[in-house]
Amino acid sequence: MPQLIHRYTVQERANHWVVAVSFILLALSGLALFLPQFFVLSYVLGGGTWSRILHPFIGVLLALGFGRMALRYWNDNKITDTDRQWMKRIGDVIRNRDQGLPEIGKYNPGQKYQFWTWVVSILLLFVSGIVMWQPYFTPYFTVGLVRVAVLVHAFSAFVAILGLIAHVYAGVMWVRGSLRAMTRGTVTASWAKDHHPAWYRSVSKGAK
Amino acid sequence: MAIQAMEITQRSATRSMPAVAPATKVAKLIDISKCIGCKACQTACSEWNDLRDEIGHNAGIYDNPRDLTDQSWTVMRFSEVELEAGKLEWLIRKDGCMHCADPGCLKACPAPGAIVQYSNGIVDFNPEHCIGCGYCISGCPFNIPRLSKKDNKASKCTLCSDRVAVGQQPACVKTCPTKAITFGTKDEMIKQAEGRITDLKSRGYKNAGVYDPKGVGGTHVMYVLQHADKPEAYNALPRDPGISPMVGVWKGITKPILSAVLGLAVFGALVHYVTVGPKAKHEEE
Repeated sequence: MPQLIHRYTVQERANHWVVAVSFILLALSGLALFLPQFFVLSYVLGGGTWSRILHPFIGVLLALGFGRMALRYWNDNKITDTDRQWMKRIGDVIRNRDQGLPEIGKYNPGQKYQFWTWVVSILLLFVSGIVMWQPYFTPYFTVGLVRVAVLVHAFSAFVAILGLIAHVYAGVMWVRGSLRAMTRGTVTASWAKDHHPAWYRSVSKGAK
Repeated sequence: MAIQAMEITQRSATRSMPAVAPATKVAKLIDISKCIGCKACQTACSEWNDLRDEIGHNAGIYDNPRDLTDQSWTVMRFSEVELEAGKLEWLIRKDGCMHCADPGCLKACPAPGAIVQYSNGIVDFNPEHCIGCGYCISGCPFNIPRLSKKDNKASKCTLCSDRVAVGQQPACVKTCPTKAITFGTKDEMIKQAEGRITDLKSRGYKNAGVYDPKGVGGTHVMYVLQHADKPEAYNALPRDPGISPMVGVWKGITKPILSAVLGLAVFGALVHYVTVGPKAKHEEE
């Protein structure tokens, strides 16, 4: 039995999966309305009209869930000098040459930039989404503003989905042992020592 | 006129279209110098298209209803202007869909087949494919489409495509008592407009001209303007309308480039997994 370390509470995990499922439904229905070749994806939510109706409500759910995450993890994601040193070796990180990397805490800079990318893109998606929301809000805005909003929505969605691809790849396929942090809430001690040594020291010290 | 070809040449959110035999383009010509503002066209439109708008309120001007709605596809817009000092003019413009050759609504629409353009030039909405997103409203340079409050479907003037298909003229044309609205092939209508412009010029309207804006590829609803140099005087008729560059970027290069990058990102992740592989050192221990 490997030694297990607690990483996420059940509330954090539940919130994460609400956001994750919302994100996927939003990405699929959004792509359906963005690119005609993807229109078939609108059937995930029951067709074009249902996609148009449900997409904004799911968007609000994501904004609430993500907003909670943003507040909770805000301080953990501040970029430090160590992070800047780590980023200089990003090429080694990508090639799995992790020996001698600066010791990092709960989140590595890749995760931190991921976090800030989503903070900005999801905020933009939320604001532009309100402007585009027919029939409730769009009539209150000028057509010029709506045209800016649809473009901002498309670009920030693009950035957010790129982030999702990176997040899922790193969490599920690349860095083995990470996924269980969000499913069972625990990680193995060796995972923590390898990938988050400073965090490992602080939590194991606290436990003693 | 003869039965018009109603084959579809452009369809929203659809790239590949079958080749269609070229058809004669049709057009409606609205001669503002002949319009008396009787609103018979509005009534005929409501009657033929079975539209029943709510009874509105008098806003202190002749415009009634105040604006286009999903139940009012055409509205007379009354402008009192003094282009020359001391010479008051009452310019009455029948507002409605211009049936652009390059329709911004169709370009913006994400629902396949919800907006179509026929080979005769008419741009038509198909409510059964409409999803109610309102993108057509942001795509339109003339602020024409309206969403229904009942079913959220977008609607606008069809140029009476159902009448034109069987060789009839649009209802507004049929009813106009002064022949201010006429309908025929686009070439005929341009020729007729030229005749009217010559006449207006001979009567002192030296800037008379036809409104067939090139920025949207020309329109299948054209105006004869007494003051073609000042289209804004006709209740803010745009001088040089075109599809907004925002909409152009959104529906142009953005779509293929962003989609390709997303696809490449997924592919890149797979390549990384196959070549570099997972970070799994701690699992081997």
